[in-house]
Order: sequence, then C-alpha cells, then structure tokens
Amino acid sequence: MKKIIVENLKYRYPLTKELALKDISFEVDKGEFISIIGRNSAGKSTLCQALVGLVPHFYKGAYGGKVIVDGMEVGKSDISQLVSRVGIVFQNPFTQVTGSKLTVYEEIAFGLENMGIPRNEMMERIDYSLELLDIYRYKDRNPFELSGGQMQRMAIASIIAMKPEVIVLDEPTSQLDPQGSEEVFKAIQSLSKEGMTIILVEHKIEKVAKYSDRVMLLDQGELVDFDVPHKIFSMDALKDYGVEPPAFTQICRGLEIKVKETGFYPITLEEAYDLVVKADE
Amino acid sequence: MNNVEVKNLHFSYNEGEEILNGIDLEFDDRSTAIIGQNGAGKTTFVKLLKGLLKPTSGDVTIKGINTKETTVAGLARHIGLVFQNPNDQIFKNKVLDEVMFGPLNIGRDEGTARANSENALKMVGLEKMSGENPYDLSLSDRKLISIASILAMDTSIVIFDEPTIAQDYTGRQNIRNIIKTLRDQGKLVLTIIHDMDFVAETFERTMVFSRGKVLLDGSTREVYSHYGELESAYLEPPHVTQLCRKLGYKDTFLTVEEFVSFKRNCIHK
Repeated sequence: MKKIIVENLKYRYPLTKELALKDISFEVDKGEFISIIGRNSAGKSTLCQALVGLVPHFYKGAYGGKVIVDGMEVGKSDISQLVSRVGIVFQNPFTQVTGSKLTVYEEIAFGLENMGIPRNEMMERIDYSLELLDIYRYKDRNPFELSGGQMQRMAIASIIAMKPEVIVLDEPTSQLDPQGSEEVFKAIQSLSKEGMTIILVEHKIEKVAKYSDRVMLLDQGELVDFDVPHKIFSMDALKDYGVEPPAFTQICRGLEIKVKETGFYPITLEEAYDLVVKADE
Repeated sequence: MNNVEVKNLHFSYNEGEEILNGIDLEFDDRSTAIIGQNGAGKTTFVKLLKGLLKPTSGDVTIKGINTKETTVAGLARHIGLVFQNPNDQIFKNKVLDEVMFGPLNIGRDEGTARANSENALKMVGLEKMSGENPYDLSLSDRKLISIASILAMDTSIVIFDEPTIAQDYTGRQNIRNIIKTLRDQGKLVLTIIHDMDFVAETFERTMVFSRGKVLLDGSTREVYSHYGELESAYLEPPHVTQLCRKLGYKDTFLTVEEFVSFKRNCIHK
C-alpha cells in the first residue's frame, strides 16, 4: 500500500488570488526518504502543511483534490486523529516550543500526554528520542534556555517520540553546525530504514543528494519533477528553478564527467572522487 | 576606523561554567566569518561586542568606548546586530515602521530614517513589501526584514547571526552581495555562520571558536587548510575543499569555479 497519495491537490490561502499549490499529484511508498527542493515560495512549506492537515483545517482557504496519508483522507479527518499518523517539525524551532513546560523532558512529553500514552511507555519513548538526538544531558533544562541548535534537536525529538508513520521536516538542521546536521541526517535515515516515511524540505543540497531516495522539485506551486536525485541534479535548467546542484555535481559538470551507465552527473563526494580519478588516468 | 578590541575576555552565565575563557582579538577591515560548533560561544561573543552582555572579566572596546562604561543605547549608533531568530527582533505591524524604528531611535531625523530604510529594503529586495505586516510574510522574508532594519541604522560595524537561514540560492547570493557592498563601504562585517561553502565564497577572514576560545584565525583559505584543527572543533571544510583534499591536492580550493578552471588548465597543458 502507498503511504502517501496526493491527487490533483490545489490550494489557495485565504485573501490571496493565486493558487499556492497547483494540481499536484504524487505517491510515496512506506519507508521512502523524500526531499522537497525549490526556491522560496515555491510551495514547499504549504505542501508540508497539506500532508499533516494544517492545510486546510488550520489555515482554511480554498482546497481541491485529495491527500491520503496512511489510509486517512486528510481533508476529511480531524487533526486530532491525524497527529498519531503524521508529525511535522516546523521550520522555526522557536515556534514549535509549547511554552507551557519547564523542562526539555516535559516538553517532549507534551505530545504523548495529549495522545494518552501510558506513563511507562511515555518515559521509554522520551528517553529513546532524547538519546537519538543526543540531548539527554539537557533533559532538565528550560526549553527557552537552549541554544538554537539544541532547541532544534528538541523539536525533532518531540515529534519522533510520537512515533508517527510519516514525519515531515521543514529545514530541520538550519540552526545546527556541520557535524550536528550530519548526525541529525543519520538519525533521520535510521528512522526511514526502520520503516518511517520521511518528507524533508531542505536547502542543504549536498545532504539531499546523499540521503534521499527521491527528490521532488517544486516551482510556483507546481510539481516540476519527482525522481531519483541523480536525474534531478543533472537537469540543465535546475538553476532556472532557483536551485543550485551539489558542489560535486557542479565540478563534474564543469569538467564534463558523467556516470557512464546512466548519463547523469555524480552527486556525492565519493562518486565525484572515483570519477575524477578515473578521468585523470 | 572600525576599532573593535577584545582583551582577555572571560564570560559566564552561571558561576563555574565559563562560556568564553580568555579571548584576545582585534578586527580590521576584512569581512570576517565566525564559525564553530553549537555551544562554542559564538552568539555570546557577539552579544558581548554589542554590549548586551558585559564581560565577567577582561575588556571589549568599541571605537574607543569600553562596553562596561556605556549603555547598549550608547553603542547602538556604532554597532548593529541582526538576531538569529527574526521573530525575536520584529515587533511592528508594518515592514517600513519596523525598519525605521532603529534609525529613529539613534536620533536620525524622519526624512533620513525614511530614506535609509527605503534604501535598506531595496538592498534586501523587499522594497515592494514596505506596507505589509511582517508576520504575513515567510520566515525567509522576515529574516531579510531583520537585516534591513540593521542596515537602515547605517552603523560602521554590522554583525549577522546566521543570515542564510531559510534562504534559497537566490537569497544566499543576495546576502553575499549585501556583505560585499557593506565591506566596500568600509564597514566591518562579522558573521556567525554554519554554512561553510558560503564562508569560502564570501569572507576574507575566518575565525574558529571552540570551547570558549579562538582556535584558528586567519585568511579563509589558510583556516580551511587546517584539517586537523577543524575536525577537533567538530567542523568540516567546504565541499569543494573536501573533494580536492581527497584527490590529494596540496592547495586549498575554496570554490567550484577555482577548481574547475585549475583542472581545465591542467588538461590544456
């Protein structure tokens, strides 16, 4: 069964004239790691909101087509039902913090309390997500005394503790240092290997190239292409959509080095290394 | 004269937990990136420059004024800081009012404040948004508004905390141009940033903070050639630099263009 089915999704925010999403259709399998790329205001965040039901239930506006996540039709289901299937990590972690909890530990418990998870299981899940995001040592801190990076890890941990089938992450590592974002990407990848379906919005293009199974390119509310990262990043017109390919791809394009079997440019450090060495021989 | 001097700077929020332990620095005209792990003390450091925090011991001198002997308001006309989180900075319900707030409060007259603000909005590409409510705009636009608000104050020192958050390719280019323009106007630009490729393409000088100290300080190329130290500070060099290093080149390449033209020259020879 497909984990996500989107059929002819159209959406317009209240008081606006133009559609933010224009007739979008795609399907995603269980456990896939999907990245969404595109310039600002391409519709990436709006699509995320539509997957979790904030569009249309919270934002209202004009809505057409269908979004089915884990068998539930989002437009016809309550957010309270959807939260157990699909979770979202907001773009700005400061916005996600409840403000009603005094410690990181309790903050992560918030979602679980609202779902009515038994106490023992709650504690297990909180410990697990604190460890996974490497913030166990901050569990007794006040959420607002955390640095931007620590807060971002906490925001991700809060959602992971809810064990959704699908997790949507909107630029989850924007405040993290290079090693921290690599760690978080590895943690997300391990969740995807365990069967969690990942939808990620990200500008860190080298990470998208390294970790995604498929990449979706949006522009002006339309789905331009949805395919394997090699194909997307080898597109000649990519820059016209406001996206820069990975540095490794740019180098190989400049040197006219392609992967022989597929005709696409390399996208990762290792691939680029192998091919540049071969080209030198 | 940009005159920022930091002498034997120590700082702690809680007793016994030193965030900065002994920093000595001088800044010159070069645009400067401050990089380092989360929690290394970067944001604390710039808050000390701005006078929002005062040293536990040691001295910070801005244009000959010791930050201990003045107020934040007294420093505001010399040094501007763009916050990491635009929501912490923005509070007006009209973009133009938000941007004009700073210049008006450091004593610029209405006409100058307006002209500077319109100019600043043009620089960040939001001149058409001046009548909007900042909270109706996206996070990336709000980040640009928070930048414009500081530019409008026309201070000789400008500090950015993570300016490229939520910016796409065009937004990053835009911010790079702003930094270069400020540099050309003779302003000192300091930027806290995690985007190593952006640092390599933009800044002349780079300093690495690690555990409350300055671990490396020099030209960006020089700093990115110190692999071992970068690793010990939990950082990684730019993507191009990583590839060239793996390929065995001794030179440190900073941009895609640099390396591609180098390789092409090799082939032609």
